[in-house]
Amino acid sequence: MSLAANSYYDRKGILATLGRDGLLQIILIANTILMLTPIVIMVFSAFKTTPEIFKAPFAIPDFTQWANFARIWSETNFLRYLLNSFVVTGASMVLILTLGTMAAYAIGRYAFTGANFILMFFLAGLTLPLKLAIIPLFMLMRDLSILNNQLSLIFVYTAMGLPTTVFIMTGFIRSLPNELEDAARMDGASEARIMWSIMLPLVRPALVIAGIQNVVPIWNDFFFPLVFIQNDSLKTLPQGLTTFMGEYTTDWGVLFSGLTLSAAPIILIYILLSKQFIAGMTSGAVK
Amino acid sequence: MTGRGLWITALIVPPLAFVALFIVYPIVSAFAYAFFDWQGLRRLDFVGLENFHTVLFVEPYRSWTLNAFKNNVIVFFALMVLQNGLGFILAYALWRELPGARFHRIAVFLPVVLSTIIVAYLFKLFYHPLFGVVNISLKGLGLGFLAQPWLGQSGTALWSIIVAQAWHMVGFPTLVFLAGMQRIPGEILDAVRMETESEWVKITKIVWPLVAPSATIVFTLLFVGAFNWFELPYIMGGLDGSPFGSTDVLGLYFYRTAFGNVSSGQQDFGLGSALAVLIFIFIALVAGVITTRLRAREIQL
Repeated sequence: MSLAANSYYDRKGILATLGRDGLLQIILIANTILMLTPIVIMVFSAFKTTPEIFKAPFAIPDFTQWANFARIWSETNFLRYLLNSFVVTGASMVLILTLGTMAAYAIGRYAFTGANFILMFFLAGLTLPLKLAIIPLFMLMRDLSILNNQLSLIFVYTAMGLPTTVFIMTGFIRSLPNELEDAARMDGASEARIMWSIMLPLVRPALVIAGIQNVVPIWNDFFFPLVFIQNDSLKTLPQGLTTFMGEYTTDWGVLFSGLTLSAAPIILIYILLSKQFIAGMTSGAVK
Repeated sequence: MTGRGLWITALIVPPLAFVALFIVYPIVSAFAYAFFDWQGLRRLDFVGLENFHTVLFVEPYRSWTLNAFKNNVIVFFALMVLQNGLGFILAYALWRELPGARFHRIAVFLPVVLSTIIVAYLFKLFYHPLFGVVNISLKGLGLGFLAQPWLGQSGTALWSIIVAQAWHMVGFPTLVFLAGMQRIPGEILDAVRMETESEWVKITKIVWPLVAPSATIVFTLLFVGAFNWFELPYIMGGLDGSPFGSTDVLGLYFYRTAFGNVSSGQQDFGLGSALAVLIFIFIALVAGVITTRLRAREIQL
């Protein structure tokens, strides 16, 4: 009884001194520290020697110490992995956005039989966990002779990215006004010309959202390279990281700088474009 | 065909072909594969339901399946609290637009954009029994007796990986809930303010029911994600779900059965496909039930 009464007053006490907003502010600050500490330790450790990491993991390092990064540069395939990730992600994004816009334009701009059925077909792909179809995919890539070839990744990523892209782009393209299009048609412009010069410049905002929603999972993907790619010189960054982490197990300074290097591109872009990232990555879940 | 018809066909066929060839065809085939006996990459005889029978009822597969499934269930419920529950609280705090809210919002979502592989290795180093920052901090705080080999013992390994997952992904439900809260009309909130002072009543009676659409989505996504869990346990626990299968989950078990592992080297596409089909049906059924059940309680504004 007295215990319950005590805790009641305690709680009231905290609320009374800080106020409701004070408590929420403390929760937010504590959480932000929790979110940032692992990343800060990672970056700090990247500039330390292994004994320094073991002795004082939280100490601020000498940021002029680039020895770990120099070793990664000269001793590992890191740059190769990074380049591969750029190639695979870039090619997939070009295909996703081009094909996705084509399909969305056809579905959203023209009334034709089967349009809704085709949209449903694309949307069905949205919910299916493709990881579980990895065995047939593996056989398919073998039959197409693109196992151990980055085309296998590019094709799978393109297919996986299309449903969300068609979904986002169709909604957007449907909402565009008809007047411009009708006027151009009266002037005798071809359908292709109308799409390219009149409508496409208007869909850029939706392209950014669809692009970000797809680029992050593709850049970060590990599962498909794990199955499709064996050759070290073809590996993408997350996959190459496993090779690298296996080779330098005891050299923690190098390990942390490898992690820092892998994380740096996406962290920097995220900080610059956080608003678009958040909108893009939650757009599937926010109506 | 008219010129217009040709034009529409030209636009629609290439994207359709990609989805048909690389999504629909593999998923349909996965079902077919499960009914055959396989030797390596060669398909042998039609065996009916034998593969399903083996993974569900024949030892040692039976206990492997059950153990992995049990761990997935733990992961799902733990993340429901640590990821979605915490996400709701953080969203509520961010929603008040206190000073610094913009910064906190960016910080909570930062781990979400990182590769899961980076998160896995980072936490694996942090959990290191001797040099990991977790145990070093505990010793520094005078709590050295709590220091332990987090990933090395059955009792703590799965939970340590779950915590890493929650850190990685808590920003996602947070910002989905936040978007839901921001759509609640101001008039409703003003009306509530007239009625009650209690924060608790406001959250349970107004905010929670009105963010139901967001809850439906994050619950369903968490369910699908939890039963597809692969990358974090693969890096942090290893392909065998060590120690002693305590971090084994269906994703690892399926991959190991299909493609073999380093130590035993066996691979069986038939059993792997049967597992994939069972997981697939389970996810589809339960996700369907969750979605319809939760949809029913959503309120249209």
